[in-house]
Amino acid sequence: MSVTSQRSSGPGRLLIAVYAVFALAASARAAVQIATKFDDAPVAYLLSAFAALVYIVATVALARPGATARRVALTAVTVELIGVLTVGAITAFDPGDFPDDTVWSVFGRGYGFVPLVLPVLGLLWLRHTARASAAS
Amino acid sequence: MVAVVDWAVIVASLAYAAWALVAVARNQPPREPYVIGAGVVELLILVQAVVAVVLMIADGAPDETATFVGYLLMNLIIVPLGLFWALAEKSRWGTSVLVVAALVVPVLVVRLQQLWDAGAG
Repeated sequence: MSVTSQRSSGPGRLLIAVYAVFALAASARAAVQIATKFDDAPVAYLLSAFAALVYIVATVALARPGATARRVALTAVTVELIGVLTVGAITAFDPGDFPDDTVWSVFGRGYGFVPLVLPVLGLLWLRHTARASAAS
Repeated sequence: MVAVVDWAVIVASLAYAAWALVAVARNQPPREPYVIGAGVVELLILVQAVVAVVLMIADGAPDETATFVGYLLMNLIIVPLGLFWALAEKSRWGTSVLVVAALVVPVLVVRLQQLWDAGAG
């Protein structure tokens, strides 16, 4: 199991695929927002770009083998969870600060709340694969 | 956009997702028929993209042109990328990647329709 990373096989295959979809969607969205109407809502659009970056880092780190990649993935997924909870809470109670939607607005409502579930699954998967490799 | 082409893409991608989901339930890895199926879906997406570009040139692009083109491009790459990622995993989880990729397509088509109906600038 060490040649092809445990993290990117089995259920990890599906998890990374979903991460990749969000990396793509968030990047495209942020790029369009910043390129065409940045002055409308700079905070929201910078946040979109940050979210995109987090998804990209998480996708690549989850897909790569090794202890360093694992640490990077753990950091990225943790930041993702904090991000979706923070932005979700702010936008749910006081939408004034974010006039335009981001991936994380209202806990990812615009994306079927997948952004809220994804980091939890990511953390569970990282813990599971760490235990599996420690046991082998 | 042309409704017939849009619906063809939506129906084909949903049917493909359902087909792949059955394979996931049966614990099957992604096999050759699913590659061919993905090719059929991709062909329809390609037709749709060409039709959309021709219509944009003829009738004018929707107001949110950049977003519209972005969705068109994402729609074109999602199935091949999913296939690439799926085929390296010889288990039901490989097939499940195909389900996800196929389910992104109808979402994108609906968003494309919304942007198109919002008006040509």
